[in-house]
Amino acid sequence: MASNFLRLRKPYYVESTINCSSSSDQKLVNLSFGIDETRNQTKKRQAKEHHGRRSCLDSCCWVTGYLCTTWWLLLFLYHCCLPFTVVHEVPELMPAVRLKREGLTGIHPVVLVPGIVTGGLELWEGKPCADGLFRKRLWGGGGFTQLLKRPLCWLEHLSLHNETGLDPPGIRVRPVPGLFGADYSAPGYFVWDVLVKNLAKIGYEGKNLHMAAYDWRLSFQNTEVRDRALSRLKSKIELMYRANGNKKVVVVPHSMGVAYFLHFLKWVETPPPMGGGGGLGWCAEHIKAIVNIGPSFLGVPKAVSNILSAEGKDVAYFRAMVPGVLDSGTLGLRALEHVMRVSRTWDSVVSLMPKGGETIWGNMDWSPEEEHVCDFSKKRYFRLSPSDNNVNKSNAKQVFRVKDPVKYGRIISFGKAASVLHSSQLPTAVLKEILHMSASRNFNSSCGEAWTEYDEMSRESIQKIGAADKAYTATTLFDLLRFVAPKMMNRTEAHFSHGIADNLDDPKYNHYKFWSNPLEMKLPDAPNMEIYCSYGVGIPTERSYVYKLSPSNKCKRIPYQIDTSVDGEDRSCLKSGVYFADGDESVPVLSAGFMCAKGWKGRTRFNPSGINTYVREYQSKPLTSGIKSMAHVDIMGNIALIEDILRVAAGATGEEIGGNKIYSDILRMSERINLRL
Amino acid sequence: MNKPLSFYRPYFLSKTMSFLRRRNSTDSSKTRIADPNIEKDGADDGDKKKDQYKIPQRRNSGSKKWSCWDNCCWFIGFICSIWWFCLFLYNTMPDSIPQFVTMAITGPLPDPPGVKLRKEGLTANHPVVLVPGVVTGGLELWEGRHCAEGLLGKRLWGGSFGEFYKRPLCWLEHISLDNDTGFDPPGIRVRPVTGLVAADYFATGYFVWAVVIANLAHIGYEEKSLYMAAYDWRLSFQNTEIRDQSLTRIKSNIELLVATHGGKKVVVLPHSMGVQYFLHFMKWVETPAPRGGGGGPDWSAKHIKAIMNIGAPFLGSPKSIALHFSIEVRDIAALRAQAPGLLDKDVLGLQTFKHLMRMFRTWDATFSMIPKGGETIWGGLDWSPETETVNNSAKKGTDNSTRNTGGNGNICDTKGVNYGRLISFNKDWAETHSSKIERVDFKHVAKGDKLTNSSNCDIWLEYHEMGNRAIKAVADHKVYTAGSILDLLHYVAPKLMARGASHFSYGIADDLDDPKYDQYKYWSNPLETKLPNAPDMEIYSLYGVGLPTERGYIYKVAPPSDCSIPFQIDTSVDGDSEDSCLRGGVFSGDGDETVPIISAGFMCAKGWRGKTRFNPSGIRTYNREYKHAPPANLLEGRGTQSGSHVDLLGNFALIEDVLRVAAGATGEDIGGDRVYSDIFKWSERINIKL
Repeated sequence: MASNFLRLRKPYYVESTINCSSSSDQKLVNLSFGIDETRNQTKKRQAKEHHGRRSCLDSCCWVTGYLCTTWWLLLFLYHCCLPFTVVHEVPELMPAVRLKREGLTGIHPVVLVPGIVTGGLELWEGKPCADGLFRKRLWGGGGFTQLLKRPLCWLEHLSLHNETGLDPPGIRVRPVPGLFGADYSAPGYFVWDVLVKNLAKIGYEGKNLHMAAYDWRLSFQNTEVRDRALSRLKSKIELMYRANGNKKVVVVPHSMGVAYFLHFLKWVETPPPMGGGGGLGWCAEHIKAIVNIGPSFLGVPKAVSNILSAEGKDVAYFRAMVPGVLDSGTLGLRALEHVMRVSRTWDSVVSLMPKGGETIWGNMDWSPEEEHVCDFSKKRYFRLSPSDNNVNKSNAKQVFRVKDPVKYGRIISFGKAASVLHSSQLPTAVLKEILHMSASRNFNSSCGEAWTEYDEMSRESIQKIGAADKAYTATTLFDLLRFVAPKMMNRTEAHFSHGIADNLDDPKYNHYKFWSNPLEMKLPDAPNMEIYCSYGVGIPTERSYVYKLSPSNKCKRIPYQIDTSVDGEDRSCLKSGVYFADGDESVPVLSAGFMCAKGWKGRTRFNPSGINTYVREYQSKPLTSGIKSMAHVDIMGNIALIEDILRVAAGATGEEIGGNKIYSDILRMSERINLRL
Repeated sequence: MNKPLSFYRPYFLSKTMSFLRRRNSTDSSKTRIADPNIEKDGADDGDKKKDQYKIPQRRNSGSKKWSCWDNCCWFIGFICSIWWFCLFLYNTMPDSIPQFVTMAITGPLPDPPGVKLRKEGLTANHPVVLVPGVVTGGLELWEGRHCAEGLLGKRLWGGSFGEFYKRPLCWLEHISLDNDTGFDPPGIRVRPVTGLVAADYFATGYFVWAVVIANLAHIGYEEKSLYMAAYDWRLSFQNTEIRDQSLTRIKSNIELLVATHGGKKVVVLPHSMGVQYFLHFMKWVETPAPRGGGGGPDWSAKHIKAIMNIGAPFLGSPKSIALHFSIEVRDIAALRAQAPGLLDKDVLGLQTFKHLMRMFRTWDATFSMIPKGGETIWGGLDWSPETETVNNSAKKGTDNSTRNTGGNGNICDTKGVNYGRLISFNKDWAETHSSKIERVDFKHVAKGDKLTNSSNCDIWLEYHEMGNRAIKAVADHKVYTAGSILDLLHYVAPKLMARGASHFSYGIADDLDDPKYDQYKYWSNPLETKLPNAPDMEIYSLYGVGLPTERGYIYKVAPPSDCSIPFQIDTSVDGDSEDSCLRGGVFSGDGDETVPIISAGFMCAKGWRGKTRFNPSGIRTYNREYKHAPPANLLEGRGTQSGSHVDLLGNFALIEDVLRVAAGATGEDIGGDRVYSDIFKWSERINIKL
């Protein structure tokens, strides 16, 4: 019986697999068997049929299973072996190991002040759409996954109130405190991590290392009004000073944190209702040194393009590469418009606008960097032989300076012509005209709810502004912005100022809006304090932009965009509508270095007590994976910089670590700036 | 014969299969090799069928031989795919759906207290300071040995326990302290995590303070008005100041909170050992600068509105004795009883217990939990505050029969239980009257008669320096009360206790004005300190009741073996009746599973009530008890009415009390005392000079 069954099974089986769906054949075969067998057979047949129908799906499952199993196996092996294979940390990343062998130990408590965008934000109270996110990161760490899951909700929670510049009602988003608050603003992007690890190696820990987290979206004074961030910082510094045997602190601000800490210095001296009431000697008593990293003392041009059209260099490139994606509200995304709407509610962005106007940033026909050579590859080459690079470089300059200097002073120009022609060839006084016209602004009601302030502008004025042949300098820029974004500028100009003080003793400069502008404040009376400007050089950095009217005429669209089609010749500073200058990718050398190189050097009116300043530049070498990287954020992992910080924290002075270390033209640029000191 | 072919078959996808088939029909060499065998097999069936199945044969057998391995793969793939699909669905699903489901099953959930009180119009008022207890705070690594390379800033304790689960010995090395100094061993720096993250969740999903924080946030609290006073809970209290300046930091932060909130005083919420830590802090802050914080005698009055002690072991907890004595608690002892070999034998050479014991004994802070107040508080050989005198025991028995309806708070039959005997070396000795017990003094028995082969022990414990005679002498003493237990510990672990005794004290002060009480070792003992002069301050004791809590132990001498811990809880001993308090060698009393009521409630019920010598300024005290009710169903997680030591922090009634006080209410506003147990009656029985 069994053998019979076995024998018969084959043909039947064959048939069933030849033609899976044809059951008639099988039925015929089945009929020839006994009833018992039929039942038996049916069961088996079903099973076999199942086997026979190893369809695509089954194969997929099989492959997945196979891959999974292999993966797990490997993972398992990896984890089993890991403890035995010693994982060494990259020695180059740990200058502290070497310094510790030299006998260096942490003496002075260290305060880290993060910059814009790098601090984490978490939710404390939200709208129903953010249910379950209580005390979860919205920004930094895992927060960006929320962006993908519920983008609109996420944007809504990160926006601030349009008029107050504080949280919208019903939403409370707060900075994440603690050392690891600003650690990874995005996965794989080390911000403070390497520095903290190195500090830990020479003996730092929670009690003498503090991260001054603050809400980087708010204007500086508002962080105090809302979160008491300045009071907390003051109390923390005093505590660390006392708890560590009256050792003064070393402050390490990064990027916008630099301006924030300037604000803090003034705030702490000011008597209570507006300030911290620490008295005039507070800084002298508590602060040993301020090591500014990638300082944006005088602002960054990037902030301008950000406000005007929510574009940075990268976004502009992206647009050029994939024209449709960002523009054509496909999927109803309109990412840029959303970004613009949100980032315009952030007061702090305005603090990054270029400060000092034409005196610093240059006017229509002049700029301090005009001798700059834009062949960055060439330049790096020269700098690799650093022995007497000054000579070398100036030679190089003479060789390459054949064309007209770049007119960096025109931070925004509409059309390439406007960016190169001499000012006499450009129409004058256009802005005044437009400003007069502003009475005729009319609401384009067809657009419905206004998204950005552009929607409230009339078509003609948009066009008039964007007409070719207009260029704006760091001074006239503000008129432009006041026109295109009046509400935002109204709000923020109560918190920030971008001018140069004529008379610093004028009592009006006691107002907090001047505190974060190094050109409108005096440094505290602390002759033993030291100020370092540490920044990367040798990376093309956005310095000015060529704009055009955006082709789309629809509502809720940003009317201007960077004209990525404009390119200079070879070795030109102009690329895709952006003029580049030397810097660390975000902050031009001028903004980072000028104050230390000239504005505060020696005893000036900005630095009445003669605080010592040092310019420490870190040049970009051919990249070996971030270890020596100079870019604005990556610089935190630069070993030379870390070594400097460690030495200062262990008690060294600026002279001991080698005084100024300059690769760029910052001294010459500063010379050209004509500022009364 | 077709095995080799079919073996490879499954490795091709269906597409390649069809391709192969086509190829095979043309390339006949393979089929020819296969054919003869097939013919042999199917010789009976005749030629017709041969032709039929010649080619597809291979395909069949391929499917047929979709072997176990392939099926496994298929199955795993199937499961994985479904899992991923579900995960995907779960992730794309709006977060409110789980709530919907829960609501559908359990009916509408009560509003969390924060939401409820917000509707009542409560808003954030006084800043809140959270003081975590032992074990619940996170610790992170700042400097480690070679084996901990690359784990800087990772959590060593709490969270997911970092990467350390892979290297347990490395972990033990880092988490232990130096046995002589009580600080970190050289080359290792383990520091407390700071900020709210220090103790919001102990491990992923296991809340500690998270629920309290969330509810505080509902009525408007945020980072700036909340402060987690994280400290290294392994160190003795004064050492946290010496090493980390933790007390200075707490002082500075409280001052900052008060200053930034317009002079509003803080509400302090210490939990578990944090209670004693904060007592220590209050004395420290008053003491002038070199030894203390120099805040002056009215610092507390100026800065503190109320101290709401949660699950407060003011007078210690008997659990700590078992931990010190043999690193056991009820649950572990029960586990040992279930699987006798597992924990005792050195399977795999683990010696888990000895390792743990050594680690535990280096933590000075655990000394703070040893019962304080001696026999006066915890009962002598024949009496204890929780039980009535022998004469009344019969009456008590009848009470107990109706306890479910009467709700007098006893969780088990206390008849004949001598809670005062914290450790007894036999059930009989636990029960017989003291006059019939003949105790042998152990203190003078010389040690040094070394255990056999104890030199082989690679883990050093002070037990190894005792000897068989000494162990026998300890057992012959038979019964230990809270007073003699200290002698016992001093005997079995002299070095350890010498270190502990310089930081903590367990007695009752006769004269609080004696200048010796200015020493910091007395500061955390409420029976040896005066409360600060702050008549407007309020002290609450909030604790859970209704759970069996360890109160006394029956020990036995462990079967002698090398290197083992010589004493064990005798888990074979059970009480006579069904609801006897004696079970598995452990006498249980009422409490929150860790702290007996007498320890949590006595100070507020009697020791500090009114103007006493411990409370000279007459600070008002309130006892608030929370009766344990188990979670109604699994979806409730750890319950909203739990009374157990840590889960109490998720108890809605407790949170409501906390929120009301934080929003400005006084003890009278929230209803004064709320007591389910007999704490007042028990306190009456404690005869202490006030």
